[in-house]
Amino acid sequence: MAFDVQEWLDNYNKDEILFLFKGEITGTLITDSLDKIESKTEDASNKAKKKIYNVLVECMQNLFHHSSVLPTDGSTKEQGKYGICLLSKNSVGYHITTGNFIQKKHKDFLSKHLSHINSLDKDELKDLYKDILNNQEFSEKGGGGLGMVDISRKSGSKLDYKFHDYHKGYYFFSLNIKIVE
Amino acid sequence: MEPISIAGTPKTPTVQFDSGSGKVEIKGRSIPENSIEFYKPLVDWLENYLSTPASLTEVNIQLEYFNTSSSKCILDVFKKLEAIYKSGNEVVINWYYEEDDEDMLEAGEDYQSIIKIPFKMIELED
Repeated sequence: MAFDVQEWLDNYNKDEILFLFKGEITGTLITDSLDKIESKTEDASNKAKKKIYNVLVECMQNLFHHSSVLPTDGSTKEQGKYGICLLSKNSVGYHITTGNFIQKKHKDFLSKHLSHINSLDKDELKDLYKDILNNQEFSEKGGGGLGMVDISRKSGSKLDYKFHDYHKGYYFFSLNIKIVE
Repeated sequence: MEPISIAGTPKTPTVQFDSGSGKVEIKGRSIPENSIEFYKPLVDWLENYLSTPASLTEVNIQLEYFNTSSSKCILDVFKKLEAIYKSGNEVVINWYYEEDDEDMLEAGEDYQSIIKIPFKMIELED
């Protein structure tokens, strides 16, 4: 059966949902969302609050910069530059879950990048961050492969991600980041 | 040189650069989607300042949040300051972080290990 975004999202219904966005990601939307999120995490410790905010900024900007645009001819249920961002809470801690569509070439690159990040310990991640920061060329917008490294460092846990087959060379990329108080 | 004075927004920091007093300050949040657009004029200003810097340049960086898109631009700012320091002028960098914000302290230490200028880590109490 084909991958269904809503079914995937329903898996998180058991947790307390603090914030959910589904749809087209824009710069204004990111600003508005971050405002809302700050008021939803008032119970969290200062430290956790900062981590949540930092990780959410990176995640939403990843969605903004890297999502593929789905066809708008009606051949798929979701259309355009579609993304999901969810902040939830359960007994383990806070969870930031994102989903967006990407194409095969991006999947191959991302898959390699993420498995490399997950193979590193804390100090190795720090070294990788500094190496990318100091030695690698950035794109004209200032991005350059630091986002996921930073997310992994801030969360302190391995990145939990999956690529789901969606439609004709498009994959749904899901990422779940845990922030423990 | 004309000073730079930019008011902060929800996504960009407050900036005060003054060649007369040698003060360079960046405070607040730096999370724009396109950070190069924001930081290019600051880096250009420092490039000009490099030819006639104050005898002491005091740098205050007090960021609440910054995204990875800003992190490279902030490094570019520090590299200009490093050039001022290397040409024999005094430069002091004060890196402020909020109490318990280990991530921000660590971010400062990451820069400190790349840039050869004395950093002072200053914890702000609540």
